[in-house]
Amino acid sequence: MTDSVAETMKKKLEAAFAPAELEIIDDSHRHAGHAGARPEGESHFTIHMTSARFQGLSRVARHQAVHKVLATELAGPVHALSLNLKSDQTP
Amino acid sequence: MSDIHQTIEDTIKTNAVVLFMKGTAQQPQCGFSATVVRILYHLGVEFKDVNVLQNQEYREGIKTYSSWPTIPQLYIKGEFVGGCDIVREMFESGELRSLFEEQDLISA
Repeated sequence: MTDSVAETMKKKLEAAFAPAELEIIDDSHRHAGHAGARPEGESHFTIHMTSARFQGLSRVARHQAVHKVLATELAGPVHALSLNLKSDQTP
Repeated sequence: MSDIHQTIEDTIKTNAVVLFMKGTAQQPQCGFSATVVRILYHLGVEFKDVNVLQNQEYREGIKTYSSWPTIPQLYIKGEFVGGCDIVREMFESGELRSLFEEQDLISA
């Protein structure tokens, strides 16, 4: 059995960023029938991640680092990815 | 530089604020694009909307130009600011208003 898209992204993000916090939310049901939605779901995600690796990086650079790690998913099943990236626990 | 990248560069250099989006400012075709439009209207900033759905070359070209895989994309004074998440974060923290004020694009 192959991993779900969410499971694959989780493994990749854990390997790349050693996050202190990582939450992947599948929002696909909110976009059912809308452009880019797939019948099997797993097309729209929100990711909340806190990682020390983001320290010193601009917002754009943080997002780009995540885009790079998830390039395969973004070019494939993932139509929309909302990112909330923090460098440490303090808001 | 490819033709489309040159076209994009001309657009962001000749317009202070450019939003590459799905649909138009009047009629956004995607929730993320609509969010950014609402924020820009709320701040009262003038911007040029570029509908990437009207032109497949633009749709792919803007992604490679910015090294950013998704749309919408906001440019201010020729600089890439971010997509929907970043624009929303900067709006909520007040940074976006400050940036427009510093660039004399809205009055303080």
